[in-house]
This record gives sequence, structure tokens and C-alpha cells, in this order.
Amino acid sequence: MIITLPWLKEHLKTNANEKEIIEKLTNIGLEVESVKENLDELGKFKIAKIIKAEKHPNADKLKVCDVNIGGKENFKVVCGAPNARDGLITIYAQPGAIIPKTKFELKIAKIRGVESIGMLCSESELNLSKESDGIIELKVKEKEIGKSYFKSKTAKIIDIAVTPNRPDCLGIRGIARDLSSTGIGKLTSLKKKKITQSSKHKIKVSIAKDKHQGCLAFGSCYIKNIENKESPEWLKNKLLSLGLKPISAVVDITNYVMFDLNRPLHAYDANKIDKEIIVRDSKEGEEFEALDNKKYKLKKKGMCVIADKSSILGLGGIIGGTKTSTEFDTKNILLESAYFLPSSIRKTSRELIIDTDAKYRFERGIDPKSITEGLEVATELILSICGGQASKFIITGKNSPKQKIIKFNINNFENLIGIPISINEAQKILASLGFNCKKGKKDLKVEIPSWRPDVNQDVDLIEELIRIKGFNNIKLVSPERKRENETLNFKQKLFHLSQRSLASKGYLEAVTWSFTDSEIDKQFSKGEKEVTIFNPISSDLDVLRRSIFSNLAIYLKKNQDRGYEDVSLFEIGPVFFGKNPGEQQIVVGALKSGKVGRKSWIEKERAVDVFDIKSDVIKTLIELGLLEQDLFISDNTKQCYHPGRSGSITLKSEKGPHLAFFGEIHPAITKKIDFKEPNIYGFEIFLKNIPEPNKKIRQTKKSFQPSDFQKSQRDFAFVIDKIFKIGLLEKIIKEIDPLIIQEVITFDVYEGENIPKDKKSVAINVTLQSKNKTLNEEDLDQISKRIIDTVKAKTGATIRS
Amino acid sequence: MSDLDKINSIFNAKIDSVKTKEDLQNIKTEFFGKNGQITRQFKTLGSLDPANRKEFASNLNKIKDDLANQIDQKDLELSNIEINEKLKNEKVDVTLPIRPYQQGKIHPVSQVIDEISSIFSEIGFSVAEGPDVETEYNNFTALNTPEDHPARDMHDTFYLEKNKKLLLRTHTSPVQIRTMLSGKPPFKIIVPGRTYRCDSDQTHAPMFHQLEGLHIDKDISMGHLKGCLDYFIKEFFEVKNVKMRFRPSHFPFTEPSAEVDIGYKIVNEKIIIGDGDKWLEILGCGMVHPNVLKNAKVDPKKYQGFAFGMGIDRLAMLKYGINDLRAFFETDYRWLSHFGFDPLDVPTNYRGLSK
Repeated sequence: MIITLPWLKEHLKTNANEKEIIEKLTNIGLEVESVKENLDELGKFKIAKIIKAEKHPNADKLKVCDVNIGGKENFKVVCGAPNARDGLITIYAQPGAIIPKTKFELKIAKIRGVESIGMLCSESELNLSKESDGIIELKVKEKEIGKSYFKSKTAKIIDIAVTPNRPDCLGIRGIARDLSSTGIGKLTSLKKKKITQSSKHKIKVSIAKDKHQGCLAFGSCYIKNIENKESPEWLKNKLLSLGLKPISAVVDITNYVMFDLNRPLHAYDANKIDKEIIVRDSKEGEEFEALDNKKYKLKKKGMCVIADKSSILGLGGIIGGTKTSTEFDTKNILLESAYFLPSSIRKTSRELIIDTDAKYRFERGIDPKSITEGLEVATELILSICGGQASKFIITGKNSPKQKIIKFNINNFENLIGIPISINEAQKILASLGFNCKKGKKDLKVEIPSWRPDVNQDVDLIEELIRIKGFNNIKLVSPERKRENETLNFKQKLFHLSQRSLASKGYLEAVTWSFTDSEIDKQFSKGEKEVTIFNPISSDLDVLRRSIFSNLAIYLKKNQDRGYEDVSLFEIGPVFFGKNPGEQQIVVGALKSGKVGRKSWIEKERAVDVFDIKSDVIKTLIELGLLEQDLFISDNTKQCYHPGRSGSITLKSEKGPHLAFFGEIHPAITKKIDFKEPNIYGFEIFLKNIPEPNKKIRQTKKSFQPSDFQKSQRDFAFVIDKIFKIGLLEKIIKEIDPLIIQEVITFDVYEGENIPKDKKSVAINVTLQSKNKTLNEEDLDQISKRIIDTVKAKTGATIRS
Repeated sequence: MSDLDKINSIFNAKIDSVKTKEDLQNIKTEFFGKNGQITRQFKTLGSLDPANRKEFASNLNKIKDDLANQIDQKDLELSNIEINEKLKNEKVDVTLPIRPYQQGKIHPVSQVIDEISSIFSEIGFSVAEGPDVETEYNNFTALNTPEDHPARDMHDTFYLEKNKKLLLRTHTSPVQIRTMLSGKPPFKIIVPGRTYRCDSDQTHAPMFHQLEGLHIDKDISMGHLKGCLDYFIKEFFEVKNVKMRFRPSHFPFTEPSAEVDIGYKIVNEKIIIGDGDKWLEILGCGMVHPNVLKNAKVDPKKYQGFAFGMGIDRLAMLKYGINDLRAFFETDYRWLSHFGFDPLDVPTNYRGLSK
């Protein structure tokens, strides 16, 4: 909502200055977003005098004028106006000015070989009127020369962010009323002039009894024999001061009343109405051309239209139609002042995507009691500016909204706000806002004014009171430093831990959109149902991500394209497996690309491999509280990984809760996404599958019992089937005698010469230690034999000689 | 000169000229070997008459110890020379770079969420969460924003279906509803989380992070709200005093509603929070609307309280001098390395929130 101080002061008698008023506005919830000079570029239009006007050397109809704007210097301006002559005082536009009519920025240009600095303006070029024959002739004193033409007439524009609950402040008077309650000034009373209403109302108006009728009341006045014309200066300037374009007296008056009193009106050319006005529901497929020069096809029923016998004249409360629009030659008009239901306005305008000043007001809730007042003010203005004879006002429909009354217990104020208010103070504030109050002992009987649809219960009144009393008066109560519940639950702790865990392994944390490019997401989520966004912001962010890899891959590629090829990224966030709330899970995802030890003088450069990523995922799981021996590794994998270089981790057994996938990203995907460095590995950890332990780790830890006896080591080299999993081999050995066998480490795997084609040689180091004694040679030989025999029996392996 | 004195002087002459361990070994053999000079003397002991034997033996032992000592001494000396000689050849250039490593970082949004959680933890708030996909009811209607409410226009909403029943939550406020429906008052929660609006330009991202706060109990007033936020802002920006202004505003789910501005100034192109004559809007808040409590099955006659919401990304930008919101989500290796936090830099109250 934009206002100017002079206009505001027509409703508010005050001595306060601009700064004070702006501060007050913000303090009572009418936040001032900006204060701007009106139409900055108009400052470039100066009152100027033509010192000398001579014929253009190369053109008969052009003149070259020496123009003075008060300084010593004169500007040469080429001008085609017949009235350009010596001594004429007119309006000069400086280079850089934007001509209101054409919206073009004026530049220094050569016209037929003569440079023209600026331009002399006609009224039409400045949108002051349609007069385009010749330049403006001003009758002002010499001392005005050089002053800005517009500045004297326009005040600063104050832009107020009116919250949607305050439709009453979409008129300048409403803002003045709110301000008056702060004591900064006094609300002036509206002067009513008597109007003669002698002529007959010639248009019948009816509101159809439709199921979803959006119009409750339709007030109208028939005014005949008017002379529509340009508005008088004062009215034009008023509209210009808000940055609005004056059109014609009738239209300008309806706009003026809307901005002044928040009362939208509409004027129809009565001669163009086919017999009568019918306010009714739209019919499917009806069409009409609106005043924005667009044709609208009403696809649905249930839109409130204003129609005559033959067609639609407009969308009630939203926009009028061209069929009955008023023109300069309009003689008879029908003036409408109606009440439309906010919900109906909203539905229709959203459906058709129309936004107008009237719609903006009606959808927030116009004062239903302002119908007559609107007609009065506008009719009076029309009669005085355009002449004509007015009819009596006819109000069709229901025009007696129910009076809302709240019995307000004054103590509720202190309960909610924390400071007390006296019943007198409350009454004073409410009264100044237009609420009639009757005082009881502890309560106020408050009548809610019809322009306040937002006030319905106690809290709404409390809000009014503290808003005017001032939020700065609320005493703050310092919070108690007390904690009764844990801040984070188990899952949240896991989330937090995994972030720190991965970052400590060299991964950079990314936060990316929850939506992604379906083309990429498809690569990582084959076979899962896609969750599309109905109105995506762009076609490459059209689905909710099903894989944590989708965005990471997109951004990994961008980093690679910037020349960073050895990048480790991770993100912890939601992935979606359905469109219903809760069909999502938190996944830890990481990607690692490129090489280890690139360009190092000391390390041997090598490609990142599956054991790098396996090491990171396992260390992370251990840091999340799982025991290494509980992590069951298998080569079960999914489609987005390289089938031979990936695996999964489950808890305790192959069928246990699925903790993670890890491995090389499938080469087909890296090819499709066209990575510069296609050596990419990744892992996903499914946090929801990590079980919350019943007890804290400290409670489950066994007591510390180190062995005091010597430990021994033995190496074994087994020749075993190539496909036999070494993880299983290690497990078999460990289980032979867990009391003695402390550690089993595979330190070499060899395939090739001297080993049968379908076999491999595996070298394993076993650490043996007893808690009871130092193992002697005999003990060691015995356990070694058990190891060899068991492995042989269970795997078919032979010991390599 | 006795034999022993002779031996001693010969030894002394020889030991001084020793240069290598080999020389030393030769001397050792010469004096202490099977036929060494000292050894030979010991062999004479038996043939001496008992009167002289004792004295001679004593002298001999003395000399033996002395020479042996000198040999050990020399040995140590030679060893040291040898080591030093060896180390001279082992000098490396320690200015050469270390083994390559990658420095991981925590995203500023995560760090700030941890900071905020730590601050609110001190005064007893717990962290709650809710789904990113919400029902139109939880996101709007239950929050006192019925379908025809113009406030819905302020939320450019992503929908999952044409009928607009399912959407990406436009704020974290629906978690208020979920929390209250699933428990019993009192409620004291904060909700950090992802929020979505289909709006994208230099200062808006289609996804951003919000922090919701909710405190419902029997006697929670707007004074508590003010105290809570005053505490939070001081702690978060790590300043002793902060100029704070409550400005009346409107949110359908709170009444009264306020926007909170904090004072700031610009010194040397850096923003200083807490003081100064400029105002910066940082959050919205208010007393939870009775209609919201009713919708969440909490009796507004018995319970009341406050709620607030703020932009986490914006708080991070203000605190850490980050200019561009869009960059948060662009995963630029360089940006993450520059603005990210060391994983060991866990915000805690006793250590201080930030380094």
C-alpha cells in the first residue's frame, strides 16, 4: 500500500514530521518498507525558457532552440513543435529522462545533423493529457525556471507492507485511523455534502440465487447526462502522486475512492448494458474481454460474474469488461458499490491468474457497511466534476452484516502478555481504533467495527492493545537454565556424529536440494517409483530425489569441470520413496573421485579404489557405535554400483538390518553423466537401520583383562578356490578357538604362476595368546594343525608348500 | 719405572692416536688379549712372593680398571663420531610438503544448527523433526491458514499433486502440529529443518533452512518469548548486549505476532551485530493462536505459549560474513573449503560456540 504524507494529512490532523510518522507506522505494525521520491526520473523535467528558436538548417518543420534552465549555459534542442518560439516557458526533459508516454530513455542524438541535448515536451508525452499539438505553454514566473516541474506537485511515496489481516489499511483513511490511536494526531471527520438524487434508476439489478453466489450485496446509482472528461488537476495529481495513471474523470474518481477509503467501485457505461444487471454464477465456457485487454474463457462454474441480458460485463470485484467500459463520450453511467465474498474472489482470481487492486482488497475483506458511503462520495464527485443527475441508491441483496461483539476479560491481557493494562487504557485504545466499548467491572463489551474482519476473539483484541501500547513495554523474563529432557534423540545423535565422522575423513559436507533432475535420479534409482513435483521450479529439478547420489553426482561433475578431480563429498539428508508424508529416510551419502597421492613427491600416485571407500564406510559405522565384528560384509549390491567392485554391509548376518552399500559407481552411469574423471566410488549408510542399543556402551563394555603371557604369531599360506571369500576364511579361522586366536590378518593374496588357474594363494597371519600360560611349541603346533585341518575341511584349501 | 708404569705410558701414547674402532680393538687385544700386556701381568701374580703380591695386585687392578675405562671412553667417543658422521648424511629437506591429505569440512548450515541446538539445549529445549513432504492441512489449515487465506499467497508452494493436497513444507511450523498431536503439554522444542518455496533468484533459494521454536505451558507469556529470544540472540552472536526491537506483524498461526529486528552497524565494510542505528529483520514470532492449539488438541483455556521461526541460512550468513545465499547449495569445492568448519570444531557452551 502506498501513501503520501499530504494525502494522509487530509485524514489525520497532526504536527508530527515525516520521520515521526514513519517510525510510528512501523511500531504499530504498518511496516514502512521504503520512502521514495515520487518518480525519480520526473525530476529531470525542468521548467525552461526558450531563449531563441531558429529554423533547423536541414529541415523545414524543425527548429533549433537555445533553452535555458536557469544557469548561464543554454542547451541546443531540436524541436518540431509549431509553437516553439522565443521567450516561451515550457518543460524541458534532460538527457537520461524517461519519457512517461513512451517509457524510452532520452539520449543525446543528432537530428538531421544537429545535436539535440534533451527535448521539449508536449502534454501527451508527459501523460498529462492527450494534447500532442505542440509543446506545453506554462504561465509561470521567471524565477520558476530551472525548477523541477513535477516536484512541486508530488510528495514522497511511502510504501507500507500491510499484512493480510488488515484490509482496512488498504485505504489511506484506515492508516490515518490506526495512527490516530497512538496519539500522534487526530482523525478528521468526513464531511458529507448533500447530493440531489432526482433522476430515476433505470437499470434493474438482481443477484441470482446460485449455490456459490459470491456477491452478498450490490449497491448502485444511475447517473445520467454526465460529461466525462479529463480529471481536474487536483485529482490527476492525487493519482499521479501514488504513481497511478489518470484516465478519465469517472475512472479516476472510482480509483480515488478506492485508495482513499478502501472502497472499490466500478462504473459501467449504462447505455452499453443490455437491459439489466444480473449478478450470477459463471457458466462453463463463457468468454469475455476484460479491461486488461485480455480475453478470458471461464472454464468453470462458480465464478461470480456481473452480466446483462446478453453477456458477461465483468468479474465481480476483480475486473470489468471492455463491453461496458466508460469512455470520454459516455453519457450515462451505472456506478457499482458491492460486497463480494473473499473466498469467491480468491478462487476466481487464482483460477484465472488475475491480480487487480480491487481483487487485492475484496479478497482480504472490504467493509461491508461501506457500500453506501462509497456511492455517496463517488456520486458527489462525479456530479461536481462531470455534471449530470443522480438516481437514488438501490442496494440489492443483504446489507446488514451481523454486529460482532466480544466480551473481553481484561485479565486475559496480562496472562498472555505478561504486563497489566487498565480497563480505562484498554477502552481508550479500542475506542480510538473505532471499537465501541461498554465498561463492566472486569470486562469490556466490545463492538467490532465492520471494517475489521480480522478481530474475532480475545487474543485479537489483546493484539490490538499491545500493538498500540507498544511491544517495547513488555518486560522480558529471562529463561531458566534447566534441562529436563535430552536435547537430541538417538537418530539425531547419529546424524550429528556421521557429519563429524565423515568430515574427519576428508569429505566436504554438501547441502543440496531435496529435489533433483529426474534424468540423473533415474540412473541411481532404477526400479523405484518416481516422486514428481507438480510445479517444479525448472525442468531439471522436477522430482524428489530417490537417491542421495543424484545431486552429489551433479555437483561432483561441476567440481571436476572446474578442474578439481580428487574430490570427496558427502551429504546427509532425506531421500524419498513415496509422495506421502514420512515416506522418506535419512541417508548418509558420500562420493570420492580421482586419485590418491596425485602429484606427490613422496607418495605413489594411485587411483581411489573400493578398499578406500570400504575403509571409510566401516570406520564411520564403528564411530557410530557399531562393533566391527558385527559388520557383515557381502557382495550383495545394487544397480548403481559396479557389480564386481561393490558390496553391502548388514548387521551381524547377511539377513540382518541393512546398514550400507559401498563401491565403485557403475561405469555406465559415470559415462552417461560424462565425468571428466570417471573413477568414482561412493557409499550410502541407512541411518534408520542402525538399532538403538538398549544400554550405553559404557554399560556393556566388558572388564579389562589383559593376558600377562607371551603372544606368538604364525603365518599360513593357503591355496584356495579363487571364488572363495576371504572374509569368510578369516571368520572360519577366528572361530576355531576365540580364546587363543586373538587376531587374523590376511597379508597377501596371489594369483598366477605356480598356482592353479582356479585357485588363489592367501597368506594369513594369526596372533595366538592364552590368558593362562605362555604357549609352548607343542601348544602352537597343535593349534596350527587345528587351523590347517579346519580350513581344509571347511573350504577345501590346501596349505601351500 | 715399574713395568706397570711402562705399560701405562705405552697405553697412553697409543690410545691418543686411536682414530677408528679397529685401532681401538687392536689396543684392546694388545693389552687385554690372551697375551696382552695386562693379561701377562696377571699371570705373573702367582710367582710373586706374598709380601709384594698384595700391593702389586692392587696396583695392577687399578691400572686395569683405568685402562679399561679409557677404552670404553674411547669407544663411546668413536661411536658418537660415527653416529654423527652417519646422521650428517641423513639430512632431509623438512620444508618439502607433507603427504597429500584431504581436509574435510562441515557445512556452515550444519555448524549453525549445532550452535543453535547447543544454545537452546541450555534452557531446556529438545530438537524435534518432521517430514519434508506435508499435507496441505498440516502446513496451512491446522496453522489457522484456511484455503482462502491471502497469507497463502506469501508462500510460493511446491505441490506434489494437482489437487494441492500434498506439498513440500513451506515452513517448519507443521512440526508444531505434529509434536502437539503426538504428545501432551508442556512442549518445549526447536525444529531445524529444510523448507521449500518455489522462488529462486539472487536472494531466494527454492530450498532453505528454518528454525522453529515452540514453548507451550500453563503460564508462558510474551515476556518469556522476549526473554528467550534476547538470550538466544546474545548467545548466538556472542555479544553481551543486543539492541532488539519487536515490531507488530501478522502470522495466521500466532496472535499477537511480531517481527524481531536487531540493531547493527557497518564498520570497515563488516557488519557488527547488536549495536548501531540500523535495523535488521531476523525472525518472526508470537503467541500461539488459540485456533492452532485447538487444532492440535491442546486446550487453549489451560495452555498457552509462544512460537518463533527464523532463517538458519541467513543467520549463518550474518554471523560468518557470507554474502551469497545461493552458494550454500552449489557445492563448490572451494566455497565449502573456505566457509566450512573443521569437524573437531563442535560448538559447545563451555568451550565457546565458535573459534
